[in-house]
Amino acid sequence: MIEFSNYDILRNLLFATQWTILLSLAAFVGGTTVALALTAMRLTRNAIMRTLVRMYVELFQGTPLLMQMFLCFFGLSMLGYEISAWGAAILSLTFFTSAFLVEIWRGCIDTLPKGQWEASRCLGLSFLQTLRFIILPQAIRVATAPTVGFSVQVIKGTALASVIGFVELTKVGTMLNNATFEPFKVFTLVALIYFMLCYPLSLYSKHLEKKFNVSR
Amino acid sequence: MSLVNLHQVHKYYGDHHVLKGIDLDIKAGEVVSIIGRSGSGKSTLLRCINGLEQYQKGGITLDGKEVTTDDIQVRRLALSVGMIFQNFNLFPHMTVGENVMLAPTIVLKKSKAEAEATARAMLEKVGLAEKFDSFPEKLSGGQQQRVAIARALAMSPKVLLCDEITSALDPELVGEVLKVLEQLAKEGMTLILVTHEMNFARDVGSRVVFMHQGKVWEQGDSKTLLSNPQTDELKQFMGAVL
Ligand SMILES: Nc1ncnc2c1ncn2[C@@H]1O[C@H](COP(=O)(O)OP(=O)(O)O)[C@@H](O)[C@H]1O
Ligand SMILES: [Mg+2]
Repeated sequence: MIEFSNYDILRNLLFATQWTILLSLAAFVGGTTVALALTAMRLTRNAIMRTLVRMYVELFQGTPLLMQMFLCFFGLSMLGYEISAWGAAILSLTFFTSAFLVEIWRGCIDTLPKGQWEASRCLGLSFLQTLRFIILPQAIRVATAPTVGFSVQVIKGTALASVIGFVELTKVGTMLNNATFEPFKVFTLVALIYFMLCYPLSLYSKHLEKKFNVSR
Repeated sequence: MSLVNLHQVHKYYGDHHVLKGIDLDIKAGEVVSIIGRSGSGKSTLLRCINGLEQYQKGGITLDGKEVTTDDIQVRRLALSVGMIFQNFNLFPHMTVGENVMLAPTIVLKKSKAEAEATARAMLEKVGLAEKFDSFPEKLSGGQQQRVAIARALAMSPKVLLCDEITSALDPELVGEVLKVLEQLAKEGMTLILVTHEMNFARDVGSRVVFMHQGKVWEQGDSKTLLSNPQTDELKQFMGAVL
């Protein structure tokens, strides 16, 4: 059996942290992109599009992220689509992230006065022009703090990718524990690393919120 | 020829019958004041004229073309109808200049220089040339409303719809906005305004339309109608506001 010094444990965990960060970033970028499109769909006057978005949100908010990951990974392979753990993790985290962001952003956009839409319409702006020039610039100011706050949930959500075999922080933690039988030490370190990833984001989100509340 | 024509217009919100057969014919250059109690349908009437609300029966034409809430139609309509709101609805994230330049740039596809020249001219007209780079929140209510007028004028509309545009203002700021309207009226702009300013309606307006329970209850030349109301309802209403 290989001996693991404390240094080895930490080095392995930090190496795995890169994958946690990368997966979080990918999920966040994917989630934001999809959420943007869904938000635009939700704001149209087309009832079918709005219903589709609502169903999407309810589906992915109403089921555990773990099940979504299982379905993406095992389900897709059973249907004959070979998908890597990495691909399945990104896919399901994108669903998860976008479903929550759409709801968060909906709240932000709804705080803007209806008059902003009407004034734009009366000036002859198209729906997309209104979104781009009037609604988004104002909504972004409101939405930044809760969006950054939510990114913490995405980081924590990546831990679930360990169960489909994606080698990130939690998975490496489990592997190190199996090799060293020192669960307390290993998982304390794992938790500490998650905390150091998440806490600055929480702080930043609170800071943004304060700044926003002062400026308005 | 009439600029705005409403023929037997009916509007329902659900089963709430709000406009009950409105007939109205407005010619270019008229200044029409719509008066009436709260809830009588004045705002709804204006909003049907520029396609913000869909009416269910009858017809509205602007310059001979039918008005609907279809997006493309509304955008075409926006080229000839400007609207000013009670609470200004300026874009708070843009400077005064950008507010006025936006639609000419992205809707009329004017060059930036041309749009800026128009914007400066319109702000000059409402007496706010020096506020070009200010943000709306730095302005008084009266100034914000004048910016909103400049913003609408920059699209060179044929008719301006004004929905109680002085109602949200402190009394001492009402005058500056009415003065701008008066100037526009003198220049021949067609104005349709929902207002509680009876003096303005009498002195500047050419016609008064009294709405009651979703109908045009009484209308006529502003001076005649306001000094000699025919129906009890109008008499009562004028007793209440004066
Ligand atoms: N969006 C709406 N949905 C349902 N009812 C409305 C809506 N807007 C106005 N109403 C109703 O229509 C009637 C006329 O309203 P409105 O045109 O705003 O009157 P006014 O401007 O003369 O005060 C009122 O009874 C009001 O409650
Ligand atoms: Mg009203």
